[in-house]
Amino acid sequence: MTVQITVTVNGQPYTGDVEPRLLLVHFLRDGLGLTGTHWGCDTSNCGACVVHVDGTPVKSCTALAVMCDGHEVTTVEGLERDGDLDAVQKGFAECHGLQCGFCTPGMMLTARWLLDRDPDPDEARIREAVSGQLCRCTGYENIVRAVRWAARHEAARAGAGTEARAGTGDGAAGGTREGTGP
Amino acid sequence: MTAETTDTTANATDTTATDTETGATATPMGFGRMHRKEDARFIRGRGNYVDDVRLPGMLHGAILRSPHAHARILSVDASAAEAHPGVKAVITGETLAGMDLAWMPTLSGDVQAVLATDKVRFQGQEVAFVVAEDPYTARDALELIEVDYEPLEPVIDARRALDEGAPVIRDDVEGRTGNHIFDWEAGDREQTDAIFERAEVTVAQDMLYPRVHPAPLETCGAVADFDRVTGKLTVWCPTQAPHAHRTLYALVAGLPEHKIRVISPDVGGGFGGKVGIYPGYVCAIVGSIATGRPVKWMEDRSENLMSTAFARDYHMRGEIAATRDGKVLAIRVKVLADHGAFNGTAQPTKFPAGFFGVFTGSYDIRAAHCEVTGVHTNKAPGGVAYACSFRITEAVYLVERMMDVLACELDADPAELRMKNLIRPERFPYTSPTGWEYDSGDYPRALRLALDMVEYDKLRAEQAERRRDGGPLLGIGISFFTEAVGAGPRKHMDILGLGMADGAELRVHPTGKAVLRVSCQSQGQGHETTFAQIVAAELGVSPDDVEVVHGDTDQTPFGLGTYGSRSTPVSGAATAIVARKVRERARLVAAAMLEASPDDLEWSVSEAGGRWSVQGSAEHGRTIQEIAMAAHSNLELPEGVEGHLDAVTVYNPPNLTYPFGAYVCVVDVDPGTGQVKVRRFVAVDDCGVRINPMIVEGQIHGGLADGIGMALMQLMAFDEDGNHLGASFMDYLLPTSMECPSWELGETVTPSPHHPVGAKGVGESATVGSPAAVVNAVLDALRPYGVRHADMPLTPANVWSALQGTPIRTDLAVT
Repeated sequence: MTVQITVTVNGQPYTGDVEPRLLLVHFLRDGLGLTGTHWGCDTSNCGACVVHVDGTPVKSCTALAVMCDGHEVTTVEGLERDGDLDAVQKGFAECHGLQCGFCTPGMMLTARWLLDRDPDPDEARIREAVSGQLCRCTGYENIVRAVRWAARHEAARAGAGTEARAGTGDGAAGGTREGTGP
Repeated sequence: MTAETTDTTANATDTTATDTETGATATPMGFGRMHRKEDARFIRGRGNYVDDVRLPGMLHGAILRSPHAHARILSVDASAAEAHPGVKAVITGETLAGMDLAWMPTLSGDVQAVLATDKVRFQGQEVAFVVAEDPYTARDALELIEVDYEPLEPVIDARRALDEGAPVIRDDVEGRTGNHIFDWEAGDREQTDAIFERAEVTVAQDMLYPRVHPAPLETCGAVADFDRVTGKLTVWCPTQAPHAHRTLYALVAGLPEHKIRVISPDVGGGFGGKVGIYPGYVCAIVGSIATGRPVKWMEDRSENLMSTAFARDYHMRGEIAATRDGKVLAIRVKVLADHGAFNGTAQPTKFPAGFFGVFTGSYDIRAAHCEVTGVHTNKAPGGVAYACSFRITEAVYLVERMMDVLACELDADPAELRMKNLIRPERFPYTSPTGWEYDSGDYPRALRLALDMVEYDKLRAEQAERRRDGGPLLGIGISFFTEAVGAGPRKHMDILGLGMADGAELRVHPTGKAVLRVSCQSQGQGHETTFAQIVAAELGVSPDDVEVVHGDTDQTPFGLGTYGSRSTPVSGAATAIVARKVRERARLVAAAMLEASPDDLEWSVSEAGGRWSVQGSAEHGRTIQEIAMAAHSNLELPEGVEGHLDAVTVYNPPNLTYPFGAYVCVVDVDPGTGQVKVRRFVAVDDCGVRINPMIVEGQIHGGLADGIGMALMQLMAFDEDGNHLGASFMDYLLPTSMECPSWELGETVTPSPHHPVGAKGVGESATVGSPAAVVNAVLDALRPYGVRHADMPLTPANVWSALQGTPIRTDLAVT
């Protein structure tokens, strides 16, 4: 038995038939070929599969693809816009916030969500935000630094009056960059 | 610059100049804190990990696993699974036995069942393999396989494995009547015993280094593609040792080695868990041979934790003999090693207990002796993994715990006790009482730096105050470790007969861009960046102009891969040497270009790049780029000089490298709940010359988190029936961002005198060194309660029990 669903992924609508039991992570990876989203455990602990559903970080191993019918999903592949890397992506490279790269997509998506709500998070807030996600390589230190770097970088850009983020810090549901995207 | 050896020495001497007291401004090789080349793809979700590999017509495999720890297999009925829509094949032990593939060799010279035929020997063992059109269908079909088991009594407690009448786990081995695997010893027993008999003070302590698991975030898996027309097998697999895998597949499957290509793509962390060959890989290969289509197999997390290489599981009894004023004279150790049902530990052939022989640590000791006995239990195989540097994790934990036990006995300060016994800098190269030749070290300087950074005296004063006033307990723990990495001299070290050397091949294109091919295999350690930096520094080119290729056995020179922190010591040395060979070749071409004698040329590297020029006449020179073009041109070259700038080398290290470190951990312990909070962690590491300090620091951060995890949280326990009680992330706890403090790093630089660029390995140092610091800190906090030792993990329940005077045994749920 299959069900037809339409899901908007990184701004692009996809319509297709899926089994109701298909996990969102497999729909993205195997169905759409978006293999940046990873699968690191089977008990919803590791967060390597985090994507945004309507702007909120969701562990995509713990959601069914059919639940996303009519909703918007953003994956790591949707962070870069028109050839411009997101400040979070730059921050991770700048601060050596990744090694094997397996947790990186999920970590960056949570960081993006955090900065959309709190443009100037302190270390404790960053650690709390990514506490549902495991990293085996970095010991977290440089992930914290990467998010701080992204926050400073965005603050500097906003201060310069270029490309201020709509929805940043307003705390409203869905008040994320999805609203500003193409 | 005449011979390679002279060159090597000259360079190592040069790098000594970068040595500084604080290390904050130590000049690294070449390009220093260069950002990683790897990141561009990873931050875009464009890495290529094994589960990202998709081939036309690819099928999916899944493994049926044993629910029992020990049981005879009476029958396997796969007919319903075979009839299930979408199922292409079901492979059982019987199928494999018909192909002589039911058993495979392990890295310890034992055999391991690929799919069980006679009986199962641990919970989670592989019993059958289903190949289907998609992974969901493959999993469905597992439910349809009927296996009839006759349960047998399991052996779970290693300390009961050698008992008279204990069930024999390995009745597959002709004539085997017990569970004994090996005895191994090192050091001088008589001399050690004599010192113990006369010593003023002796202390003894039993301790368990519990069974843990490296748990890389990416599990194991493989895509096997056997081409029936060409007879060529291609295996994508996140292995740390692709060339060794290729040779083993040739031996296991009987395929010719030149018809096997192993590709290790991007690897989502290895940590020693991806060195050996697992039954799933062999099943995927057989599945592809059977169906004529590519077969992917990916394990899930609980399969990873239950069946792939565990780490540690050493039951140790340590003893120290000392003078009353704290001079350590001798160390004696007995170890019972739980190896599980199949002996699959990954280490050099002559070292069944790995490099545990370095257990005398960083101390100048007269005599030492250790005995290690390995036994089988009804658990998964493994032992050497999780950044252990071949059992040095256990060795360091043993000696650093024992130093604190001695400090406790003498009522001495643990920092002063260590300072008194450290090997002095002038004693290097130092031969330890068990025969290891430490290459270089300045231990007192590193320990002083760590104590200064943490403000040790101030902390002790705060602790005294807290002990007076009550309230949360403060603990300060020290670990001073010496590592031994870079296996190794091929005369002494081989894996299954393959000498532990590594190859490097460098090709310089006509425009001066280069490709370096190496046999090591990154799993996140940044080799694509740092190896380009080594070439760049040697040739005076930009690291951006050097592409590093690894992980493809068709494309790279033979070598033994990445584990034991051996990449920099062995492959890094090979890289420097192959670049110097190219530089020498460039000299001959430059001589032809300049119409000068090669002996009259000198090499220099400036901002403009690397250049050969006539001595005393700098304007008469040629850059490496100009030379590269000329080497491929119609320039007339002297007799015997080939027209290219390529070179190949194999590096056989003369010795290991011995990095070291001084770690101090500060914890707060809540006496009401037993909860431990790591307040601070200061880590001073010395790995000689740092090729890329940014990457070194990242390696250390990761290893320190491992130490928090092992000391406080991680455990694979079993109940009396052999049920695995830590087989998912619900119970097998890994540290998150909340348990880790903000790490405080320091460095000193003591180059390795025998390494071409003075660099030592470092990747495992923090995992090796940090658990003892955390445990020593917690037990230091508990000292007023009269607790001398408690085993890891120091969970709230365990600490609370220790506070009540009854520390618990952590490895068994039921005792």
